[in-house]
Amino acid sequence: MAVTKVVMPKLSDAMEGGKIIKWLKKEGDRINGGDILAEVETDKADVEMEAFGAGVLRKILVPAGESAPIGALIGVIAEPGDDIAALVASAPAGVGAAPPPRPAAVTPSAPVAPVARPAAVVSAPAAFPAGPGQGAQAGRVKASPLAKKIAAQSGVDLRLIQGSGPGGRIIRRDVEAAGSGTAAAMPVAVPAAVSGAEFEDVPLTQIRAAIARRMPLSKAPVPHFYVTSEVAMDPAWELREQLNALEGQPKISVNDLVIRACALALLKHPGVNASLQGDAIRVYHRAHIGIAVALDDGLITPVLRDCHAKPLAQIAVEARDLVERARHRKLRAQELSGATFSISNLGMFDVAEFSAIINPPEGAILAVGSVRRVPVVDDTGLGVGRRMLLTISCDHRVMDGAMGARFLQDVKRLLEEPLRLLV
Amino acid sequence: MAVMTYREALNMALREEMRRDPNVFVIGEEVGLYEGAYKVTQGLLKEFGPQRVVDTPIAESGFTGVGIGAAMAGLRPVVEMMTFNFALLALDQIVNSAAKMHYMSGGQFNVPIVIRGPGGPAAQLAAQHSQSMETYFYHVPGLKVVRPTTPMDAKGLLKSSIRDDNPVIFIEAETLYNVKGEVPEDPDFLIPLGKAIVRREGTDVTVIAYMGMMYRALEAAEELEKEGISVELVDPRTLRPMDTETIINSVRKTHRVVVVEAGAGFAGMGSEIAASVTEQAFDDLDAPVERVTGANAPMPYARNLERLKTPSKDKIVAAIRRVCCVNGHANGS
Repeated sequence: MAVTKVVMPKLSDAMEGGKIIKWLKKEGDRINGGDILAEVETDKADVEMEAFGAGVLRKILVPAGESAPIGALIGVIAEPGDDIAALVASAPAGVGAAPPPRPAAVTPSAPVAPVARPAAVVSAPAAFPAGPGQGAQAGRVKASPLAKKIAAQSGVDLRLIQGSGPGGRIIRRDVEAAGSGTAAAMPVAVPAAVSGAEFEDVPLTQIRAAIARRMPLSKAPVPHFYVTSEVAMDPAWELREQLNALEGQPKISVNDLVIRACALALLKHPGVNASLQGDAIRVYHRAHIGIAVALDDGLITPVLRDCHAKPLAQIAVEARDLVERARHRKLRAQELSGATFSISNLGMFDVAEFSAIINPPEGAILAVGSVRRVPVVDDTGLGVGRRMLLTISCDHRVMDGAMGARFLQDVKRLLEEPLRLLV
Repeated sequence: MAVMTYREALNMALREEMRRDPNVFVIGEEVGLYEGAYKVTQGLLKEFGPQRVVDTPIAESGFTGVGIGAAMAGLRPVVEMMTFNFALLALDQIVNSAAKMHYMSGGQFNVPIVIRGPGGPAAQLAAQHSQSMETYFYHVPGLKVVRPTTPMDAKGLLKSSIRDDNPVIFIEAETLYNVKGEVPEDPDFLIPLGKAIVRREGTDVTVIAYMGMMYRALEAAEELEKEGISVELVDPRTLRPMDTETIINSVRKTHRVVVVEAGAGFAGMGSEIAASVTEQAFDDLDAPVERVTGANAPMPYARNLERLKTPSKDKIVAAIRRVCCVNGHANGS
């Protein structure tokens, strides 16, 4: 029977490695193709990893909590009679050959020579005198099974929680308190403000590390230029209120209107819906729009596909679903890659305008400010109007200023004559 | 429904089943003329005569064997053990004949026998007469084991046991014979074997107990209610087959478990339930399963020591607080 290598899959465009959150199958379990083997934390989200072969999960090489680079062997599926010794023995070498971001994290998990044995025997007695609480310091988090389950579901990092159970065990109420942002139900000793440390080093989460790694790769090599335009939002505001007053219709947000306007404008200006690919510019004929969603510890950009072909109501429903699931880290891998253009909206923070950093390999990103009531001058004199500032960041290698400006002009026109968004 | 004692409920069950089925008969020490050491068979000799209410010599192995033979021949004997501690003398008959006959005869013989009588600790009965005998029987494949907590359960479960085609060990309690409760007078009222009951609904912890321990757990639940701890009480009623589904459903709701049993804890019912909960609801547990059991010692005769050996309301309360991590027990245990 066939032996199937289980390798760390590439689950998003930017992914270089992933951490096993937990194995859903254990060694000895029978596996059918398509079974969910494990949950993997990538730089973007927590995603489920499928099995691509059938047999018995003979070996897990990277245990829960450890990371591995893309392509590294993390497990073996085979029939009970199959000899997998050679494959398993090859694992450390295979891991070393791949470009590992943190090879140290992987190596200890590989099954290694019996040389390790005597050392373990010698050190074992020393482990016994360790008192309660020492386990946590040694890196193992003590938490009840229920607490672990809830933490995995809600994306709470158990390492950052103080347990209130016996011996510092993290129990359900601690995770729930952490998840809701309130203090743990049980009082925990807090150092007085005056005598507290001057700073603390908070370890980078996977998502923060990914942002830190990726952003210089965009800002430094990609020559950005910016074009800003002001949009009169009074008609769009009114239209939105009328739409939202309709019974049985999904609620439309300003961002939904912007997504729809961009999608239509991108079809007309494919040069903005483009990406530099070595010595060619790839021009996309479909508008897959990434929607930046702020999380507590970073941001994530789920992709709303084929926006050009979707009516406003469908965009509203699908965008809300994506945003909700992004906040709960329940996105599927394919929802995190393939954007041809992105929108970042900070309107809810009362931001006049800002400029965004392009998310390579995309060619442009639109930054959306708040809709503000401002004094405006028109033919009749001074009045009050709703205005919104849009700033597009463009990759100068792909397009020039005028191209960005024309695109923005069309977005502005679509929003100022919003019935165009409905036809 | 009528209010009656546990003893009267058992008597009613025997009487109804003997009227219903002429194959049902009672056999044991002092069950006829003396009307039972605990008066469970009161009035039966008068109504059904000496052929169906049979007094025996003091010979448990002998009259249990007679019962098994009669069951194999098609009758439905109810064998009374004056106390269940005496069933040890009939252990070979019960374990090697009653429990295995159906299997070893390839299904040719059923053994529809009920062996009943009081067991468990009572009041100063000392080491030999205070044992929780169910542990000796529920380990044996082929036996059903019933422990009814209330008068209603006593009637409904005894009738189901008599109608069951398998050997049933039915252990009552001396301390419960005078407990009163509502009992349906309907002669067709039955409670199925293998079905647990939630005696009290709660949200914070599941306490599993039966017989006298259920009454103590109820007191503990009422005390903790005042502190805001909501206790769910589950009574298995039948220990084998065990209704783990009801237990697991409760655990999925409360996420914490305390098992109370009167007997010594080693390899007891608490161990069995703790194992089932860990196997079937591990990811639902917010604390390890706690057991409150009798101390690992023979039952002392002295009243104060007897009290120390047996699970008390206070011990149950303490265990519930531990699994809920309240009242300064956060670093305890």
